[in-house]
Amino acid sequence: MRALTWQGRHKVQVDTVPDPEIVNPRDAIIKVTSTAICGSDLHLYDGYIPTMRKGDILGHEFMGEVVETGSGSTLEKGQRVVVPFTVSCGDCFFCKKEQYSACDNSNPATTSDMSETLYGYPMGGAFGYAHLTGGYAGGQAEYVRVPYSDVGPIVVPDGLEDDKVLFLSDILPTGWMAAENAMIEEGDTVAVWGCGPVGLFAIQSALVMGAHRVIAIDHYPRRLELAKQMGAEILNYRDTDIREALFEMTGGIGPDACIDCVGMEAHGLAIDNIVDTVKAHTFLGTDRPHALRQAVLACRKGGRLSIPGVYGGMADKFPIGALMEKGLTVKSGQTHVQKYSQPLLDLIQAGRLDTTFLISHHGSLEDGPALYRAWHDEQNEYTKIVLKPGMEPQHDPV
Amino acid sequence: MTPQQDLRGGDDAPAATSRHDDGKTGATPRDEAAIIGRTVTIDRPRDAVYAFWRDFPNLAAVMENIERIDTIDDTRTHWVVKAPAGKTVEWDSVVTDDEPGRLIAWQSVEGSDIQSSGRVEFLDAAPGRGTMVRATLAYDPPGGVIGEWIAKVFQREPNVQARRDLRRLKQFLETGEVTSSASPSGRESESPTEQAL
Repeated sequence: MRALTWQGRHKVQVDTVPDPEIVNPRDAIIKVTSTAICGSDLHLYDGYIPTMRKGDILGHEFMGEVVETGSGSTLEKGQRVVVPFTVSCGDCFFCKKEQYSACDNSNPATTSDMSETLYGYPMGGAFGYAHLTGGYAGGQAEYVRVPYSDVGPIVVPDGLEDDKVLFLSDILPTGWMAAENAMIEEGDTVAVWGCGPVGLFAIQSALVMGAHRVIAIDHYPRRLELAKQMGAEILNYRDTDIREALFEMTGGIGPDACIDCVGMEAHGLAIDNIVDTVKAHTFLGTDRPHALRQAVLACRKGGRLSIPGVYGGMADKFPIGALMEKGLTVKSGQTHVQKYSQPLLDLIQAGRLDTTFLISHHGSLEDGPALYRAWHDEQNEYTKIVLKPGMEPQHDPV
Repeated sequence: MTPQQDLRGGDDAPAATSRHDDGKTGATPRDEAAIIGRTVTIDRPRDAVYAFWRDFPNLAAVMENIERIDTIDDTRTHWVVKAPAGKTVEWDSVVTDDEPGRLIAWQSVEGSDIQSSGRVEFLDAAPGRGTMVRATLAYDPPGGVIGEWIAKVFQREPNVQARRDLRRLKQFLETGEVTSSASPSGRESESPTEQAL
């Protein structure tokens, strides 16, 4: 089959690789019809995530048709499914608590050691996201092996086209959980840092959950425009002092909840946005938590801080004093996708959530390398890219 | 006083977590032996986890170094363990302590190439959370070439090996499978079912 593989920093290519096979009884093989490039794929592209190996197949947002099932799978050939990016067993303590991304069994024994060393306990498995999370081949390919296929994939009705449901795999539930973690109450003002896909879905979700105002922060005009269309007030940090603006806009109180949808590669104009160092033996790139620092400082006393943005290592100069003295509540984590699949599918079918507005570009799998470069270099224009393995190439090869 | 009863500061920590070397010998103590202690919580009833372990041949499904374990009689088993260069090391083990649902201890018989012993306890986790499995293993390889092989198998990173084996045990008992990320890649030398790391 053809698959998009990681070859090193800023280098991906489409290779012919062996087809996946059923390995365990609960497996299924999915023929991919649509797969998206995620903002967090840029962390891989930029070489920020440790434990990538040359030749790894990327992609953790995908959907397609079931073409093969193991004896323990509950799926049937021919079903259309969206696959959560988190691999979850459904049987462990964490899955039973619906903390699916914390699954205790989905990271193979041989790849669990590193995250156990880094974080104290092993991380759950994920598709296409380095060997720290299991080294599972990803969905930017013609076919994918899906373990624990009786727990993850959600079957979607034939009438709903791919673009309407594909983002159930990651960014829609991630934006939704980000807003849920902000514990929104009536009258709340919610500030959202970052108007990429997760930020935009967090804005949409916060409004559905009843936020009084949402204030969106970014510097790309196109993304701020999309945020405005969703009903957010917008702030461009290149033009505006964000803390001062949030203070004034909230009458000196501050936002009730702050959501950091930026993560470890924050841009920023402030002196604190420097390269931090981590212990060399972790081989980690550094986290640049500029947006997070600003969110901690801007949040009102007793407010809530939600962190869906991805961090991997250590943060320096973190304003722990502000967090403690103001009594902030912090919620974070990789998304417990399986918990949200059905409720969000219902909201899509009811017309209350739209995901198609986000897609700026479609391409074939063969267009992947050109589109990764564009996604990296032109974040204003490229708000979301969807690859369709069956499609004719649209772009010149790089 | 056995080392296990030496509580030092009088705390409640398992012996294997002691900062003092002579406090770690929870299994049959031997000089220079590799001692491994590790606890894992498995969301299955205590009796079920005990029954799986007591039927020693089952362990080959989850323990990477073990090629197979054959049952000789009610208390004795024959262990065939992988060694470097495609070789194996074999010995017989005998159960030395057995409290159904609570505890199993075993050790290799006199004159084995490798002196090994193990003790696994099954404790109730918090209500509704299954069983805490606390394994303590000791390996004492002889000198010579075989000894070097065995050292490579068991002592290079004995805690890593035990940790991974207990993780596989947990996966198998909770999900019915040993989790695998075997899948294709652009690394041409690999077959698609080769383990990813």
